[in-house]
Amino acid sequence: MFGFLLRRIAVLIPTFIGVSIIAFSFIRLLPGDPVALLSGERVMSPERHAQISAQLGMDRPLIVQYFDYLGGVLTGDFGSSIVSKKPILDQFWALFPATVELSFCAIVIAVALGIPAGVIAAIKRGSIFDQGLMGIALVGYSMPIFWWGLLLIILFSGTLQWFPVSGRISLMFFFPPVTGFMLIDSLLSGQQGAFASAISHLALPSIVLATIPLAVIARQTRSAMLEVLSEDYVRTARAKGLSPFRVVGIHALRNAMIPVITTIGLQIGVMLAGAILTETIFSWPGIGKWMVDSVFRRDYAVIQGGLLLIAAIIMFVNLIVDLLYGLINPRIRH
Amino acid sequence: MADTTVTKTAEPVSSAAMRRQMLREFWFYFSENRGAVLGLIIFVALVIVAIFASLIAPHSPFEQYRDFALLPPAWAEGGNPSYLLGTDPVGRDILSRLIYGAQYSLFIGVFVTTLSLTGGIIVGLIAGYYRGWIDTVIMRLMDIILAFPSLLLALVLVAILGPSLTNGMIAIALTLQPHFVRLTRAAVMAEKSRDYVTAARLAGAGPIRLMFRTILPNCTAPLIVQATLSFSNAILDAAALGFLGMGAQPPAPEWGTMLAEAREFILRAWWVVTFPGVAILVTVLAINLMGDGLRDALDPKLKRS
Repeated sequence: MFGFLLRRIAVLIPTFIGVSIIAFSFIRLLPGDPVALLSGERVMSPERHAQISAQLGMDRPLIVQYFDYLGGVLTGDFGSSIVSKKPILDQFWALFPATVELSFCAIVIAVALGIPAGVIAAIKRGSIFDQGLMGIALVGYSMPIFWWGLLLIILFSGTLQWFPVSGRISLMFFFPPVTGFMLIDSLLSGQQGAFASAISHLALPSIVLATIPLAVIARQTRSAMLEVLSEDYVRTARAKGLSPFRVVGIHALRNAMIPVITTIGLQIGVMLAGAILTETIFSWPGIGKWMVDSVFRRDYAVIQGGLLLIAAIIMFVNLIVDLLYGLINPRIRH
Repeated sequence: MADTTVTKTAEPVSSAAMRRQMLREFWFYFSENRGAVLGLIIFVALVIVAIFASLIAPHSPFEQYRDFALLPPAWAEGGNPSYLLGTDPVGRDILSRLIYGAQYSLFIGVFVTTLSLTGGIIVGLIAGYYRGWIDTVIMRLMDIILAFPSLLLALVLVAILGPSLTNGMIAIALTLQPHFVRLTRAAVMAEKSRDYVTAARLAGAGPIRLMFRTILPNCTAPLIVQATLSFSNAILDAAALGFLGMGAQPPAPEWGTMLAEAREFILRAWWVVTFPGVAILVTVLAINLMGDGLRDALDPKLKRS
């Protein structure tokens, strides 16, 4: 297992270097002067240009600049935002919990509904249930989630007024962030109604973000179950007279879960992309909205740092998924 | 693939007859899937709407009827039968804009899929055929592209190249390409050691001919399925870019861009938001339905089960 871990990490290193080269070079590939882009100053005299260029270290050879950048990244220095002048890593850590909280709720919804739906569809293969569930799953899979979010806002925030339109908690409540996770912080604050407010703010965005993963997990669970249900050991279990619940729940589901777990892991990367749209629609202050805002503010330093951080997180999550996969399915380790 | 055509007769089966037989077999499995047929019908209807947009659309997609701004659909209270699906905030006919929008979406799908498919096949063939360091370099490059969420990468690329539909399509094609590279490479590696490839090589076929004429035709099934997936993904991603203001620019009647323009009116005029989204959903759904049917019809492993 340890060798497997080392091999997986060894493959990641060149990918990470490549990702850092892309993040480093994109700002220098932009049409326009990178010094002006990085300093945010549009018009400057040649002296000022030289001064800033030296200040940013951009008068040195590219290769030196790259290793300087990489060295900074590895020691946690991602540079500072052009607009707010704050260190990028600090901003990232302040916003990241919001995205994690949203993604976590979404993945819980997707797994809690997707796996049972897939199992039921597989057991009742060809029935109305199966066709109905898989029809809904395909609609969910085809959903433009930015539109889906707007529809839910029209219905639940506009017409029914059940849920708020945007933000993480009502402005009535104020407490210092302890963990950064609103659900936990609101409980810790002890304020009446704070937790309920946090939940109601989280409801619509997490439903929207859960939609596509839910559909993918349901479809994947169904096909994995169908494959497993036709295996000999399931027939044996049936022949032994085990209850259908035991056959499906214990014997079949466990083995069907192996590909499903990979799918769930891959959905986490998909979610970070989905968070870009979901957070924009619901003004959710996470890293997805941060990236979109930075693109519009032309805050290239943040785009550069954010790109690298997000890619690093996805690579890390994929590594964990790989390891989990190796753990539950020993065949894959070699 | 052709085992069903093997007959007891001594005469060789002509390739035209074999192709016809394969098509018939394909259609048999495809048409068994009712959803796939439904998807195909909707898709063909969309293509017809897109081609004959100027004949079908009741109004110009750009004409602003200022006196009729934010008119609700014809059947709702205050609707006007001449604007069937209502008008947008500057008085343009929504139905006409949706009809012209079909041209955008289908063009995006075709352009992006063609670009990523051809690019992916060429790169994948090279990687799978030559292996060695060139393969390693290519696959690491693809890993790097896949390490970024596709929409984020497309968004940043468009921010670099400048927001426009063309740049958006190029960016999306780049993010979809690794899937084709991986599929082609895997299929080429599996096929390369087969006897027919060795036979062709011994007969004197050069690497280009081996790659494109001998091996590639036997790898097409997974590529076709992936291409339909990419087609719907391209439409979704382009609409998302348009929605974020980084794709097609107003006043283009692109569906995602229409949604972006309508966003501030969502609580006042539900129709300006609802219909463009329905158009995106129906189009993507139809293509995905076809994709499921294609997969069932082309994947022999699933066929038997």
